[in-house]
Amino acid sequence: MTVFLLRRLLQAAAVVLVMSLLVFLGVFAIGDPIEILISPEADQFERERAIKALGLDLPLWQQYLVFLGNALQGDLGRSFVFNEPALKLILERMPATLELAIGATVLALLIGLPLGLYAGLKPNGALSKGIMATSILGFSLPTFWVGLMLIMVFAVQLGWLPSTGRGETVTLLGTRWSFLTLDGLAHMAMPTLNLALFKISLVIRLTRAGVRETMLMDYVKFARAKGLSPARVTFVHVFKNILIPVVTVVGLEFGGTIAFSVVTESVFAWPGMGKLIIDSINVLDRPVMVAYLMMIVLLFITINLVVDITYSLLDPRVRLEGKS
Amino acid sequence: MSAPTLEVRNLRTHFFTRAGVVKAVDDVSFSVKAGQVMGLVGESGSGKTVTGFSIIGLVDPPGRITGGQILFKGRDLATLPEAEMRSLRGNRIAMIFQDPMMTLNPVLRIDTQMIETVQAHAKVSREEARQRSRDALGQVGIPSPDERLQSYPHQFSGGMRQRVAIAIALLHKPDVIVADEPTTALDVTIQGQILAEAQKLCTQFGTALVWITHDLSVVAGLADDIAVMYAGKVVESGPVAEVMDAPLHPYTLGLIGSVPSRNRRGEPLRQIPGMTPSLLNLPAGCAFRSRCPRAEPRCAEPPPMAEYRPGRHARCIHPHDEAVAA
Amino acid sequence: MSTTTIAAAPPVPRVETPLQRFVSEFCASRLALLGLLIFTFIVVIAVLAPWIAPQNPYDLAQLDIMDGRMEPGTVGGAGFTYWLGTDDQGRDMLSGILYGLRISLTVGAGSAIIACLVGASLGMIAAYAGGRTDSLLMRLVDLQLSFPAILAALMILAFLGKGIFNVVLALVIVEWAYYARTVRGSALVERRREYIEAAQCLALPTSRIIFRHLLPNCLPPLIVVGTMQVARAIALEATLSFLGLGVPITEPSLGLLIANGYEYMLSGKYWISFYPGIALLVTIVSINLVGDQLRDVLNPRLKK
Repeated sequence: MTVFLLRRLLQAAAVVLVMSLLVFLGVFAIGDPIEILISPEADQFERERAIKALGLDLPLWQQYLVFLGNALQGDLGRSFVFNEPALKLILERMPATLELAIGATVLALLIGLPLGLYAGLKPNGALSKGIMATSILGFSLPTFWVGLMLIMVFAVQLGWLPSTGRGETVTLLGTRWSFLTLDGLAHMAMPTLNLALFKISLVIRLTRAGVRETMLMDYVKFARAKGLSPARVTFVHVFKNILIPVVTVVGLEFGGTIAFSVVTESVFAWPGMGKLIIDSINVLDRPVMVAYLMMIVLLFITINLVVDITYSLLDPRVRLEGKS
Repeated sequence: MSAPTLEVRNLRTHFFTRAGVVKAVDDVSFSVKAGQVMGLVGESGSGKTVTGFSIIGLVDPPGRITGGQILFKGRDLATLPEAEMRSLRGNRIAMIFQDPMMTLNPVLRIDTQMIETVQAHAKVSREEARQRSRDALGQVGIPSPDERLQSYPHQFSGGMRQRVAIAIALLHKPDVIVADEPTTALDVTIQGQILAEAQKLCTQFGTALVWITHDLSVVAGLADDIAVMYAGKVVESGPVAEVMDAPLHPYTLGLIGSVPSRNRRGEPLRQIPGMTPSLLNLPAGCAFRSRCPRAEPRCAEPPPMAEYRPGRHARCIHPHDEAVAA
Repeated sequence: MSTTTIAAAPPVPRVETPLQRFVSEFCASRLALLGLLIFTFIVVIAVLAPWIAPQNPYDLAQLDIMDGRMEPGTVGGAGFTYWLGTDDQGRDMLSGILYGLRISLTVGAGSAIIACLVGASLGMIAAYAGGRTDSLLMRLVDLQLSFPAILAALMILAFLGKGIFNVVLALVIVEWAYYARTVRGSALVERRREYIEAAQCLALPTSRIIFRHLLPNCLPPLIVVGTMQVARAIALEATLSFLGLGVPITEPSLGLLIANGYEYMLSGKYWISFYPGIALLVTIVSINLVGDQLRDVLNPRLKK
């Protein structure tokens, strides 16, 4: 297990390195770094000082090393707009995004697993067909448009839910959270559902496909031949096998959810990293963009690592391979 | 004579697919007594596995039992409500599957899979159930059963897994075990061990065993009676020695002829020409007639199952019946 | 004389070409057929937009600011009815949608075709060359696929700037990997078959092996992936345009039309966002319905 972990960590580090090189090349080599990293409002003197300070007069490979060195120390540049370290800006807004993404994941599992299970057990029932048709819709509906429609119905027409912002928050572990107050929950309801929509469809389909495939397995028939109750066959023999692919995909999708929160946060003016990055792109606050990109890469790699480890805990076969 | 533990009478199990009705089992009858072994022989697709699943009540849609009776100690399983059937399944009637690599759930430990079987039919404590599981593993010759209970299926070899499956089937000392080609996927030496084990346990517990196989040589050494299936129908049945020595049905003769034997070394192997017909839209009449060397126009009429000698039935109008004719 | 013959008459097998079987299996789902029908209709009205739209929404001379934000069904100053209302510029929404469909479909299909060509070629190269080329290309694919498309596209556009060409470029960059992986997967399976080895032993030219033997086998999964990717590309373009990073304001796609209506929606003027959204939704759903059925028909794993 330690060897397995070590190897995965090394791989992860390698990917971070490659991605940092890609980001570096994207920002420094293809674009004009002076334009990217120095505020367009800066005067001639400031520009030259900044060029020196940033080492832009050095050869490219040395510049990369400087960039890497700074990045390792958590220095990813300063925002032009807020005049604060870009990393700090992102970290401040991260909890809001995480709150949304975790909420969406939980919601997707809570809704998707039972529906998928039902659709898989009774593939020809009218309700199953309805569930599957809805899930096609969930895949097809453009997230931002659904968000707009949610606002139109629940905020404008019915006036039940607030359309923007985080609402009342409570401070816990040094950050503010919405899910601990009723008002916060009301503010969270629509964005969470909006963000979860795609994942609900995904979980439904994965679960259904898994159930249908597993039901045909000899070991399920054997379990039935042992005289077990249908509930035990379904929830122990079938469900545990399905959980593995579902957990893997949902885990891997977590990064995608955070990425997609860019859209949801823009629609609902949710003050997370996604809203920050769109605002930054619109005002060309490039250090924030670079920092965001690096943070996302890091996040993705962490998620992959965590999923891998969880997977090995769930599936005894993988665990054994890791040992040997 | 004691009454048979299991008696299958004119069983019909059909599959209603979009392409048409597949008569996977179409008029199958046989019976088996306590402590005896019934060999159900046929090529793949002859309906022998579906017969097995019909007995244990696990025919899934689009298939269903459309006719006949499955009498288990006088109760008709074909019409038994699912709840009652479930209380028999794995308890009084157990099944062993073909591929031991596939029958155990890969993500559950052996003890979980055994204890749940005990507790499904007996109100006993977990500890008691574990004790019984341990004993069952010991019975089928698995060394250090305590340790093995903690293992996952992938930590066992194929032969060991089949022993575990047999142990699970034996947990409640069932009256009937349906074994669907349980040795086909195993090495020859392991095959022999499993066969001997099965035979011993059945006599010991007085279990009636239905042994489904395509391998005549297995049946020859193991079974008391034999039923040969072809295209969903039993075409010949009787005591195993008699059937093997003097088969009545041309198909049985063909099957025996295609087994390589030491006595006939050097001679070309006799084989049955042609292929098993598709069970979909099977033409009326004898299904074997397109491959039968003795076919004649009368074979287009469905031949009845007839008793040619005491205990010897065949579904053929022109059996290899020299002895009978004489 | 009896008509019965000794040998059972073998049932006459239905002779069907693979194409016929494919068509009949595809048509088995009425929903998919409906999807195909709707999609064809959408393509036709998009192509014919300049001839059937009541006005040219890009021609500012035809727009009357006095007709701005009119409700659906109002008769405007130009004398025709705005069946779907107007936006803040006085643009007829119906015309805007028809022209917007043209842009959305062009961007979606265009990027899918280019991505398919690029991805399929690279996938084929990876499968055929094997070894280091293969592992390098596949690492790249893995990297690409593990990164969410929306973010990658967002970043590319942030650095490159708006514009239809840049949107297509960004979509190609985020989508080629799907095709590459699909083609490589099927080509590898096929490559291990003996007949390919036989063809190599016969010293058939590589191009012949690739085009006559490998490529046809990769086509079914490629078609499935391609169909789904067109829908994805259209949705992605709409999202990017909604976020203000896609097509320029002068040539609004469906996504941009929706974005334009966003601020008016809170005051109850729903139609500016609503109808383009419906058009987008119907387009994507119809493509997905077709794609779903294609996958079921072409996937050998689901065949019994």
